[in-house]
Amino acid sequence: MISKISSAFKKCKKENRPALLTYTVAGDNSKKKSLEILKSISFYADILEVGFPHNAPTADGHQIQNSSFRALKGGIKIKDVFQIVKNYKKSKDAKPCILMGYYQMVYKYGERKFVKKCKQVGVNGLIIVDLPWPDNKEFSQLCKRNSITFVQLLSPTTSRERMKKIIASSHDMIYYISMLSTTGGKLKVSPKKILQNYYKIKKINKTKNIVIGFGITNKNIASFKKADGLVVGSALCKEIENSIKNRQNPVIKLNRMVKNLSMKIR
Amino acid sequence: MKIKKGIPLIDQHDKLGFYGGKFGGNYVAETLKKPIDDLTKLFEKSRNDKSFLKERDDLYDNYVGKPTRFIKLENLSDHLGGAQIYAKVVSDANGGAHKIYNAITHAMLCKKANKKYICTDTGAGYNGKMFSMVAKKFGLGCKVFMGTRDIERQKPNCDAIRKNGAEIIPVNSGSKTLVDAVSECIRYWVSNCDKVHMGIGSLVGPNIFIKICGWSTAQISRELKVQLEEEFGEIPNKLKLINCVGGGSSAYGFWSEFFDYNKKEVELIGVEAGGPKKSKLHAAPLSKNSKIAILHGAAAYCVQDDDGQIDETESCSSGLDYPSCSPIHCFLKDVGRARYTFATDEEAFSAYKLVTELEDISPSLEPAHAFAEAIKIAPKLNESNILVVDSCGDSLKDKDIIKKKLGSYLR
Repeated sequence: MISKISSAFKKCKKENRPALLTYTVAGDNSKKKSLEILKSISFYADILEVGFPHNAPTADGHQIQNSSFRALKGGIKIKDVFQIVKNYKKSKDAKPCILMGYYQMVYKYGERKFVKKCKQVGVNGLIIVDLPWPDNKEFSQLCKRNSITFVQLLSPTTSRERMKKIIASSHDMIYYISMLSTTGGKLKVSPKKILQNYYKIKKINKTKNIVIGFGITNKNIASFKKADGLVVGSALCKEIENSIKNRQNPVIKLNRMVKNLSMKIR
Repeated sequence: MKIKKGIPLIDQHDKLGFYGGKFGGNYVAETLKKPIDDLTKLFEKSRNDKSFLKERDDLYDNYVGKPTRFIKLENLSDHLGGAQIYAKVVSDANGGAHKIYNAITHAMLCKKANKKYICTDTGAGYNGKMFSMVAKKFGLGCKVFMGTRDIERQKPNCDAIRKNGAEIIPVNSGSKTLVDAVSECIRYWVSNCDKVHMGIGSLVGPNIFIKICGWSTAQISRELKVQLEEEFGEIPNKLKLINCVGGGSSAYGFWSEFFDYNKKEVELIGVEAGGPKKSKLHAAPLSKNSKIAILHGAAAYCVQDDDGQIDETESCSSGLDYPSCSPIHCFLKDVGRARYTFATDEEAFSAYKLVTELEDISPSLEPAHAFAEAIKIAPKLNESNILVVDSCGDSLKDKDIIKKKLGSYLR
């Protein structure tokens, strides 16, 4: 059976546009608001990445760090993250949902229990930032057995030989990190160069859905239209921060921003 | 799970970098896989390269100043009555602490990798100071990540770092201490790994950093072994080697020649930071039986909450104020080769006071924790027992804290 994630990409391809993936942190800026945000951006996004916060994030830039710290300050627990996804998935037009975070949270919860819980609440995919290949082999299989897409990451530092191996062991979606950076860094490589690398990966296996992330904002997203999918995360986290600062409703602000992003890649 | 004889402990990991099948590993972002791979290859090649070793030994001889002293603490032993207490005065090393050994290796590897910049973390400031020293010596640009709380409480070392031309990057997130400094340093490396070499300041992090650090600090143990044989004609058979443990770099270096000895003859005692007596917070994951967590690229016992968030720690000594510990020490704990305990802030301060009053050495608050344990056990043992404490850092950096706590600072 084709996964919900694959169908989402297929639909976008038919419409001749990249899939828009959003990333927001569960619990930012409150449990209630983060659920409302998911529901509200759902109409314009194709796949929703939901971060489960950890307080020692070694690969995140300031925006996502701040998002995570806000969520943790609000008392978010991993059980709340599952609850938020569960409630989101109850909504009528729920999109596929990918949980993203650090391995410590999975390890602490118990790998099997975590994956089972994901399946139960309707999570479609998992990105574990600090569980690279080949250390992730067993976990990736565990996800597969539970019909959850384990999303492998590739980076500009990944050698071609390693890339081939990772792609061979990957599921239906792969995440390409655009540049050497933590999340939310300023795009320091030209979109042209990033797309060149993207095509190199695509050439190895055309059937995989490859998304590009890190440094993508409404200013540059239009340059990446050719990709299978594009992830916007830090820009959204920053928008939440700004709306808190300006005493505006983050739900409305994010809805507007994601709508805007989706228009730019149509 | 057991220790293999005749093989350095740092090399007793499986192919994914785990000690005892569960401690350590390489939990890093994909971007860091290649730089870590490159560093691993470079290190393995270099450690077998005669010219690399010669350069290192020359630096140890002429730059660090080897060997650091091994002295009997006659007054302290007499005062306590019981076991004979010795100190290995590692703080004699250039810069005032054991961190110089690891810093030298990293600077040499950085040069070999043709990188012009080096970055590191620091808690007590000693690691940052040593990296700034070697960076200056090797002509490297140097960034030191340090929690703002530690910048406040370890001013003398911060002054030294800046004087050597390195830049201190203040880290204001989380608890504003070593744990956050390491996270920020790793984040910086993720973004700059093509140009910058990273050195982690202790026996923690992804596998290769543990290996480089342990390989470097092992110099302490090589010297100690010779010094023990000179003093006693052989390795004494009632020997206890007492060392403070934060990340655990000096303890590994102090013990590395002795793992193969019978544990009844050569006992290894690690002393963690128990924190203030009245506080629930501490930095003692080994002796207070914390569960395993994944932090900074490795699985190790770590202070954490029920949900898996890393808990805050508290200690008077910045160098021990770290929620996790080395995978190697977790392994040593589980196989029963080393015994881990803790000393409270109060015990460390009184140990500092007693040692400096009676002896001509001035240990920093980190080794003061180890002295506290020696002071505790010495009176219960007879004089055939030899206690050796690693006095791995000099107290100068702690003068403000000590003055505030004890009313005056005497060296």
